[in-house]
Amino acid sequence: MGKALLVLADGTVFEGMSFGSEGEAIGEVVFNTSMTGYQEILTDPSYKGQIVTMTYTQIGNYGVNAEDIESSDGPKVEGFVVREYLDFPSNWRSQMSLGQYLRENNIVGIEDIDTRALTRYLRNNGAQMGIISTVDLNPESLLEKVKKHPAISTFDLVKDVTTKEKYSWNEGCWKIRAEEQKSRRSEEKTSELPNFRAFELKWVVVYDFGVKFNILRNLVEAGFNVSVVPAQTPAEAVLERNPDGILLSNGPGDPETVTYGIENTKKLIGKRPIFGICLGHQILGLALGGRTYKLKFGHHGGNHPVKDLKTGRVEITSQNHNYCVDINSLKGQVKLTHRNLFDGSEEGMEHVELPVFSVQHHPEAGPGPNDSTHLFKRFRKMMEEKC
Amino acid sequence: MPKRTDIKKILLIGSGPIVIGQACEFDYSGTQACKALREEGYKIVLVNSNPATIMTDPEIADATYIEPLSLEILELIIKKERPDALLPTMGGQTALNLAVELSESGFLDRYGVELIGAKLPAIKKAEDRELFKEAMRKICLDVPKSAAITSMKDGLDIIEHIGFPAILRPAFTLGGTGGGIAYNIEEYRELLEKGLKLSPVHQVLVEESVLGWKEYELEVMRDRKDNVVIICSIENFDAMGVHTGDSITVAPAQTLTDKEYQRMRDAAIAVIREIGVDTGGSNIQFAINPKTGRMIVIEMNPRVSRSSALASKATGFPIAKIAAKLAVGYTLDEIRNDITRETPASFEPTIDYVVTKIPRFTFEKFPEADATLTTQMKSVGEVMSIGRTFKESLQKALRSLEIGSAGLEPVEANIDTIKSKLKTPNAERIWYIAQALRQGMGVDEIYELTWIDPWFLNNIKQIVEMEKGIRAEARESGSAEGKNFLAILRNAKEYGFSDRRIAELIEKTEIEIRNLRKNMGLKPVYKLVDTCAAEFEAYTPYLYSTYEKPYYSAEERKDGSAEGWKDGRTEERKSGSAEGWKDGRTEVRKDGSAEERTSEVPNFKAVVDCEANPTDKKKVIILGSGPNRIGQGIEFDYCCVHAVFALKELEYETIMVNCNPETVSTDYDTADRLYFEPLTIEDVLNIIEKEKPEGVIVQFGGQTPLKLAVPLEREGVKILGTSPDSIDRAEDRKRFKELLHKLNLKQPESGTAMSCEEAVNVADRIGYPVMVRPSYVLGGRAMEIVYNEMSLTDYMRRAVKASPEHPILIDKYLEDAIEVDVDAISDGVDVIIGGVMEHIEEAGIHSGDSACSIPPYSLPSDIVDEIKRQAKALARELHVVGLMNVQFAVKRKEQQSSRAAEQGGVDNYEIYILEVNPRASRTIPYVSKATGIPLAKLAAKVMIGKTLKELGIVKEREIEHVAVKEAIFPFDRFPGVDVILGPEMKSTGEVMGIDKDFGLAYAKAQAASNNKIPTSGKIFISVKDKDKPHTVEIAKSLSEMGFQLIATRGTKQYLEDSGINVDLINKVTEGRPHVVDMIKNREVNFIINTVTGAQAQKDSLSIRRSALQHNIPYTTTISGAKAVLRAIEMLLKRELSIKSIQEYHNNG
Repeated sequence: MGKALLVLADGTVFEGMSFGSEGEAIGEVVFNTSMTGYQEILTDPSYKGQIVTMTYTQIGNYGVNAEDIESSDGPKVEGFVVREYLDFPSNWRSQMSLGQYLRENNIVGIEDIDTRALTRYLRNNGAQMGIISTVDLNPESLLEKVKKHPAISTFDLVKDVTTKEKYSWNEGCWKIRAEEQKSRRSEEKTSELPNFRAFELKWVVVYDFGVKFNILRNLVEAGFNVSVVPAQTPAEAVLERNPDGILLSNGPGDPETVTYGIENTKKLIGKRPIFGICLGHQILGLALGGRTYKLKFGHHGGNHPVKDLKTGRVEITSQNHNYCVDINSLKGQVKLTHRNLFDGSEEGMEHVELPVFSVQHHPEAGPGPNDSTHLFKRFRKMMEEKC
Repeated sequence: MPKRTDIKKILLIGSGPIVIGQACEFDYSGTQACKALREEGYKIVLVNSNPATIMTDPEIADATYIEPLSLEILELIIKKERPDALLPTMGGQTALNLAVELSESGFLDRYGVELIGAKLPAIKKAEDRELFKEAMRKICLDVPKSAAITSMKDGLDIIEHIGFPAILRPAFTLGGTGGGIAYNIEEYRELLEKGLKLSPVHQVLVEESVLGWKEYELEVMRDRKDNVVIICSIENFDAMGVHTGDSITVAPAQTLTDKEYQRMRDAAIAVIREIGVDTGGSNIQFAINPKTGRMIVIEMNPRVSRSSALASKATGFPIAKIAAKLAVGYTLDEIRNDITRETPASFEPTIDYVVTKIPRFTFEKFPEADATLTTQMKSVGEVMSIGRTFKESLQKALRSLEIGSAGLEPVEANIDTIKSKLKTPNAERIWYIAQALRQGMGVDEIYELTWIDPWFLNNIKQIVEMEKGIRAEARESGSAEGKNFLAILRNAKEYGFSDRRIAELIEKTEIEIRNLRKNMGLKPVYKLVDTCAAEFEAYTPYLYSTYEKPYYSAEERKDGSAEGWKDGRTEERKSGSAEGWKDGRTEVRKDGSAEERTSEVPNFKAVVDCEANPTDKKKVIILGSGPNRIGQGIEFDYCCVHAVFALKELEYETIMVNCNPETVSTDYDTADRLYFEPLTIEDVLNIIEKEKPEGVIVQFGGQTPLKLAVPLEREGVKILGTSPDSIDRAEDRKRFKELLHKLNLKQPESGTAMSCEEAVNVADRIGYPVMVRPSYVLGGRAMEIVYNEMSLTDYMRRAVKASPEHPILIDKYLEDAIEVDVDAISDGVDVIIGGVMEHIEEAGIHSGDSACSIPPYSLPSDIVDEIKRQAKALARELHVVGLMNVQFAVKRKEQQSSRAAEQGGVDNYEIYILEVNPRASRTIPYVSKATGIPLAKLAAKVMIGKTLKELGIVKEREIEHVAVKEAIFPFDRFPGVDVILGPEMKSTGEVMGIDKDFGLAYAKAQAASNNKIPTSGKIFISVKDKDKPHTVEIAKSLSEMGFQLIATRGTKQYLEDSGINVDLINKVTEGRPHVVDMIKNREVNFIINTVTGAQAQKDSLSIRRSALQHNIPYTTTISGAKAVLRAIEMLLKRELSIKSIQEYHNNG
């Protein structure tokens, strides 16, 4: 593997080695502090437009497999930055090495740079645009290229990642085979039970702003029939089909650029129970008339404590966002329900009257802890209460 | 939820002496807990029998009892102190077991003491195999097929269902004592029988073997609001089948996908909830089938453990401290993370480095022991290292071990030997793996033999390939200065290669490599352990070294606004001026490859991101003592920690360097700055060059730092305290002889020999018995006492390769001499005696293995005065600044009548000097606890220039009580090893008994070392001929006190001739029932057994082994028997009583 350069928009240059595809990639450089889950991170559509640096140093250890993906058609990140790439995956589910996976999907990867130095740099100076190249090793020309590139907040990334066609989803959460058999057996047993109606499925329509599969899987686990529709789908078309609830998904970029999403959401509020996650939460905030703001370097990781202000319980959450909803700007309309204990940022809200709630973090995990998956059940319960 | 106000006083139980499976990690956790709880205003009552702990320092608790950890003592303490609560989770299995006993007997309820942290049902559920399994089934978690067996018959039935290989684990034993793997019915019977005996509840878990599965551990914390967090995941390098304490382990887990890791995390949370540990930390072990992913739960510790100490050091999250706060009612989100200050403790640390732990073994001390690693723990210590990659951290850990290894050195072995070394887990397996790879064996084949995950093996393969690369490049470049060589040197350093290992590879010296490296500006950078992978700013300078490449900043940036460089923590960034950049720039510019880059990156400046940020305060580096091993344990860590405390009091910045994760010294809270680094010359010099301290303290950490004194001084480093030359004067045999001669002091006659012949000549000249040892090993290794020429020639053949550089040392062995240790402190002018310790066992038994007493219990006072005079003279002559230890042997002149001797008189005794060590000794903490004088602290202050007068120390502290130290041995861990003591040190730890007089203090010390002296019953006596006359008096007294005496034929005859009534018992060779039958039936209450000669020792081995196995108290020396006698006299006279250290010293 040859040399590669990472050049930040302010002219900082990191030199390393290429371990992915040959080529060049421009994106906002962010760091993720999860120690596991690089495959989920790579395929998370929220990372569209971003170059992701892993703070954990040993990457590639367990290869990649066909199961742990968060979207179809390969990685969504623009580029991948690691301290050390290990080209000998060892895991019973591994089907391919990470390097091969990146090469097959034309994603550039750079290793052998001081990722902690880069992380500290981003922490102190804020997230910024950057370029990785394995073909042009002249830092000044790269710097010029990255400077010419528009900032991430200036364009709508959702349209690149949303589904072209609506589809329905019925796969549940990952379980290893042995357990799968066990649970299937127990399902057989439950199906014999007389009160099967209690398990009646509700129907949720998911607005795909760049949805992670794990959201869909968790909805299935919580007892939903899941339909996924493109981000631009008019609210009227959704309401016409009369779903039990609507989920506004996660997705990439600045929420303010997703104008159609905001407009549609305005029309949905009050009509059906709504659950917003991450970008969906931000879009909901904007639709309610609030404002959003950008964090210095965002939250990307799997260890942020979030307090449920109602119960006082602390959940360890999966995080991936650069923007936040200023819940104060929605005073009177919504209540703050969750707070991030790391930096006090606002993590969740619910409407004071309507069955509408949303969170900034990722209850679907993938990667990250499953502490908040109960929110999907809460969503489901909301529908039962409504009936 | 705020802290509880309904409890005011909390009792904390320590873990007792250092034993295999329970080392200083519990001093670390206990000390943290005490500090955390006192911070909250609680009164703390602490009990621990181990004086060498920081937790038993009088300042740590409100009332500290250095008393045996027994039920009756704890009951006395509870009755006296009336605590409101008992925190049982900080003192290992020992404390937990005692808490269970106290609780089950209803005692705690009677006295209104609440168990906090973990309640009885939770402890039972976690510890009882059957209950645990049931609980796991309830929450749908998989466990191995197993059964709890309480009889041989059940065991034989159930094994048909479970199948072989089967794992046996006795319930409620330390570190899995008595456990093992049975591959056939014969082994199974044997292990089951043993296990049933060893288990205090006579229960053995027999279980399906998961040998070869991947092993993981999660450290979990829960608060009373049911918030649960995982602090750390650990993946074992060694697969299932090797005790986790004996495994190389790595954090975080490496080969699990997020889905698999989260599955394990969910399981761990379900486990802690189901078991019902209300608050605090637990450790849960999992096994994963590498082919199918099937996950099973192995076990759970409902308390802080060795792994939680490791996890705390690996992540920077202080588990014990937080657990203590949770136990009194706080919730995780109410507690601050000390490192980031702004974030709470309710989070999961994320790390951006790899931590490797390697256990330290001492099989060389027990040549008869089976060195195979199994489910029973055998290691005595461990090292931890931190690197950015697994390769770096592994190689750093290897050189931290201090076993002479600088990395993965080749081993000379043929392929068959290698294969067998791979197949059978052993302490050297990692080196054989590298060798196998060197000899062309594939990763797959090695995996089949070792079951070590291919990910680890492939990393080792990369290290081995790097070796080849280094060699090839050095050869090709024709010199080691070529540009390509410099590039590969950088890569090698990133892989964690030591200078020494690189030097070995290309046949250069370590210094040459160091200079080469420095000339090219290739220096380590230091990164912070910050719990958050740099997401937040960290305020605790807990650092590790690594090698990282620079990054480059555009020129205009530097000259532009200082804004960008707001973060003052990066030194290179600190200053906006060109001056400030110089360091960073030159560092890299010298590097060939960097130059190349610079030309490619015009107008860009190189920045190497180092987070050390040394201050310009006055500062001192204290070098720690490395891994625990026999001969160098917690005592030295105690001294190092005291040095830190003392220098902090004098407003010095203290910098600790150590690599032992179990210790208090490696708590980021202890020193101002902590470097978690190997204690090699390379790593230490790097730190010194970075920090530029006023000086370095090497006196406190035992041999580890002492070895570095001369090489450091050679590099121009200031060694504080006694000069390395004085140390050399005391250690060099010839110079030492001259020194004693000058002071007109006596030394046992001695000589050196380069050959067997010479040895015989020397021995003839000075007379048998003689003590022989090789000159190049320390700590009594390979030392023996020989009584005749035959044994001597045998020793010369067997033990050592004598050579002119490494002659054999031969000393006259002073038979029946009393050994005395003296610790003293000096500021170079005044000398104050810290304590005079009279040994119980005679000279010839390693001083670390002997019991001893402060003050002396039998020596006449004028002899003691003379000893003190001599010690002071030595200290003055050696210009000791700091601590000094002198070992004396006092021998009664043979011609004198015993009456004259009893009247004392210096003339009736001969005083010999055995050894002088101008440094902190193993006995410093014991002396300090006995006298209340913090010797190590004072010494540290003296070393930076304070005088004893300034410190208010003008005379020795006389005490009115007696403190007896007793050694603790790991014999129970090594089947077949004899318990006989000798010149080779074998003990792992120590206890102290303290009371009004010698008899009671000795009795307490024995009780604390699990060798409880009986006050009635049967005593078995079997002594060597030489001891028979001395035995008469002892036997007579015992008989008068109502003991029934039993002896084998010879001893019985001798005693009956002196008119003592003795029952006869057969020797093992004389038919049954014999003495071993009697021991097994527990018909004996005490054993006095002395032997001489190899054959006699072999014949009587079964007596001592079965005594050990059946926990029958014993002594193997006459002096020990005499002390026991005095103890029994006192025990019959007086009731057991207790007194806190604070009471002892405030009255004194």
